Amino acid sequence: MLKYIIKRILMLIPVLIGVSIIVFLIMRVFSPDPAPIVLGQHATQQTVEAWRQANGLNDPIYLQYFNYLKGALTGDLGTSYYTKTSVTKEIFTRFPATIELALVAIVLASLFGIIIGVISAVKKNSIFDNAGMLLALVGVSMPIFWLGILLIILFSGVLHWLPSNGRIDPLLQPIRVTGFYLVDSLITGNMDSFKDALRHIILPASALAMYSMAIITRMTRSSMLDTLQQDYIRTARAKGIDESRVIVRHALRNGLIPIITVIGLQLGSLLGGAVLTETVFSWPGIGAYTVACILKSDFPVVQGVVLLVATIFVLMNLLVDVIYGFLDPRIKYSKKEV
Amino acid sequence: MKTKDNSNPNENSLQAAEYVEKPESQLKVMWETLRQNKAAVVGLIIIAFLVLIALTVWVSELMGKQILPYDPNYSDMSNAFTPPNSTHWFGTDQLGRDMFSRILDGTKISLFVGVAAVAISLTIGVILGAIAGYRGGKTDTIIMRVMDMMLAIPSILLAIAFMAALGKGLDKAIIAIGLVSIPEYARIVRGSILSVKENDFVQAAKVIGNKSSRIIYKHILPNVISVIVVRATLGISSAVLDTAALGFLGLGVQPPFAEWGDMLGRARGFIFTAPYTLIFPGIAITITVLAFNLLGDGLRDAIDPKSRIK
Amino acid sequence: MLLEVKNLSTEFKLKRGIVKAVDNISFTIDKGEILAIVGESGSGKSVTSLSIMGLLQKPGRIADGEILFKSQDLNKMSKKELKKIRGNNISMIFQEPMTSLNPVWRIKDQIMESIMTHMQISKKEALARTIEMLDTVGIPSAAQRANDFPHQMSGGMRQRVMTAMALACEPELLIADEPTTALDVTIQAQILELLYRMREKFNMAVLLITHDLGVVSEAADRVIVMYCGKIVEEADVRSLFERPLHPYTVGLLQSIPQIDDDSDERLYMIKGMVPNPLNMPSGCAFSDRCDHSMERCTKEIPELREMSGRKVRCFLYESESITCGGISATSPSVGAMEGGSAIK
Repeated sequence: MLKYIIKRILMLIPVLIGVSIIVFLIMRVFSPDPAPIVLGQHATQQTVEAWRQANGLNDPIYLQYFNYLKGALTGDLGTSYYTKTSVTKEIFTRFPATIELALVAIVLASLFGIIIGVISAVKKNSIFDNAGMLLALVGVSMPIFWLGILLIILFSGVLHWLPSNGRIDPLLQPIRVTGFYLVDSLITGNMDSFKDALRHIILPASALAMYSMAIITRMTRSSMLDTLQQDYIRTARAKGIDESRVIVRHALRNGLIPIITVIGLQLGSLLGGAVLTETVFSWPGIGAYTVACILKSDFPVVQGVVLLVATIFVLMNLLVDVIYGFLDPRIKYSKKEV
Repeated sequence: MKTKDNSNPNENSLQAAEYVEKPESQLKVMWETLRQNKAAVVGLIIIAFLVLIALTVWVSELMGKQILPYDPNYSDMSNAFTPPNSTHWFGTDQLGRDMFSRILDGTKISLFVGVAAVAISLTIGVILGAIAGYRGGKTDTIIMRVMDMMLAIPSILLAIAFMAALGKGLDKAIIAIGLVSIPEYARIVRGSILSVKENDFVQAAKVIGNKSSRIIYKHILPNVISVIVVRATLGISSAVLDTAALGFLGLGVQPPFAEWGDMLGRARGFIFTAPYTLIFPGIAITITVLAFNLLGDGLRDAIDPKSRIK
Repeated sequence: MLLEVKNLSTEFKLKRGIVKAVDNISFTIDKGEILAIVGESGSGKSVTSLSIMGLLQKPGRIADGEILFKSQDLNKMSKKELKKIRGNNISMIFQEPMTSLNPVWRIKDQIMESIMTHMQISKKEALARTIEMLDTVGIPSAAQRANDFPHQMSGGMRQRVMTAMALACEPELLIADEPTTALDVTIQAQILELLYRMREKFNMAVLLITHDLGVVSEAADRVIVMYCGKIVEEADVRSLFERPLHPYTVGLLQSIPQIDDDSDERLYMIKGMVPNPLNMPSGCAFSDRCDHSMERCTKEIPELREMSGRKVRCFLYESESITCGGISATSPSVGAMEGGSAIK
């Protein structure tokens, strides 16, 4: 098992190199020269030249990539063209906000997705099932940012229940421990802060969760329909145990593998969805910031963020595979192809 | 001492017939099953309706005729932010343009981008997937590893990066959206080909000495075509969503053209003052995406006998 | 009388019509008795067992009749009351040992679940009982194998585990639905021997559902033959094998290969196929496959008639007395072999 995990983590290296080459190709090779964008239209030839020299843009392309890689291996991801701060620091300040948003969203999505999916499967073709499937269908068909807008119109505009932007009231900002406001405020015992952070995260997390919830609902339903047909469910019923136990401990427990796969994949796509959600809700995370950096040709930041996201993506897949092992005793890692 | 039940021989030969079924009749069966799926038929009707709107608007535009209630790009500042009423059914936007006309006009862009982007990713994806699946070995490894790497980057970020490299605009948006979904098609096609490849008739064609390209074209592609049709239908819905997202971020279609996502992005500042400007474009996107999802789900059920039983 | 089934009818409502899977059947089982129900697939034997257990799934439902277990009607019981009986007083083992155990639970947990549901004992005692049961059904080094997952065991072992699970709460009635069908012949014999031994040990009644007359002859006390949802013959096992009455039973017996038979004749097959349940013949359901079919058979449905301690549903025995001999089991009609049959 440990051997398998190490092997998979080593697999991360070629993936990261490949991803960095893709980003490098798009942003450095095929994109227009960043200098006029960074320095402005009116920059003199001299300043442009000096800036290019300072940022190593005059080196041959392969050398540029090699230098970047060398830096990255020593933990130096470069500095932003604009803020002159190190990319690591830029990411470190903004990333927790995005992760917190994505985690709350995936928890909401999994919770509601599994509950609705299980009930839909058990009460197949009932009104609940039809309503649940309609919700799931609309959920995958709605643009995330539009759902965000609708939520703002309703809950902030009409009802005035919840705030429409930001992460927290600046006056209530908790002391940074983990960077997650919900956690930090609890650790420091600042309940006002916790409540405010919670109020701020509900709408963006719901908007972000909707799509994933819809996918998880559908997968849970079809997986449950499958397991509920299995012979061992009949055996369990024949034992005279409660139906709820049959459904949860026997059917859902067996149907979890495809569900977990989907949840794992969704956590990866949530990071992409965060780009739009953060824009709608002015959430100070990495997503909206990255978009701005792409548009401003701030290559080092973009490269850093993409590498981080790709790492998370790969590690999520690994985590899902490891969870398989716990869920299904029939899976053996030693034999599995990597 | 065994008296084992044996299913009747006619049934067996029926099953055997299904295995050697021709691809054309496979599509036919798909269509028959689809027709019985109410949701899919609803999707198909909505799509037909949308296509009709798009074509009518487009043709009348080519002929220089004004078929929409108002010129979608005509701005009348004195009339800005009119709430929905009998003359402006969906109200007017921040520049006083008629929202109803703009939304109808936007149909053609969304459908066009959706179909064109899928055409790009489909073509490249199918070719890459077919090569990888058929050739196997190193070619397969290299192609699929690159696909995996692309999948490790959130598609919206990748699309934005392509847009940054290519510049803004409708054509660029199509290319960007088309490029980012190549891996999905490549994966599906490769997977289907790997499973078809081992079939007896493909093996037989190889033994007879058919050329690879001929085997792919004559034997393998017809068999994976239903899978591709399903994926492409669902692909249009995600391409429409992606277009709207890029438009919302201000990267897609440039003014004055009406594009639903772009309309939402530009009206965003008026979320509390004129919420109706944000409602209708969203409904239009959702209905379009929903229609393709309904059809795609129906098609998938139609080719998957397992889900048919359910 | 332990179990009395009275006029039980079970239906499946399908889009194309209602299928009467079980059509007005009645039978009883006494304490400690082994009753076999024999029939082809589709004869309604498995549906009968599921009806008794209350495990019918939609669209199936009990349309009529009573299922009296110790004079209590199981069909009228609430779900809660039924759950107390299920797995406790009546338990069941199924045909597919490979798929009937939950693949992600350890063997011991699956058996303990049953014990803990019905007996007020501690976890430790339940585990001890589980291991004891596994030992009883002949699983070597039971204490260790209890920790296995189903996929680590062979089919025969799994069926033993199923049996241990079913017997864990010492039921008064065990329903065994094709317990040996999926197993190798040698394992089949072991499992039958096990059932026999368990019957002796716990003095429980067994309802044995099977299509295999060989299994019946080895294990059962009494036999019911079912065809298309109806009982066509009922007799004690000796009389049935010595002198089958119903032409269907005769056909079933003749289609068993005899090891000591060195003649070159092909094995007898009942001609034709089991009728489509949505399109049953108007008379006797067996009439179109029967070598002795008369005109009357295609028009009227014969009653199940009692004659000298056994029952048969056939016009051949309508007017005659039992002494007339009915039909011979030793002259298979050779011409009837063609045409593909449901039984080979």
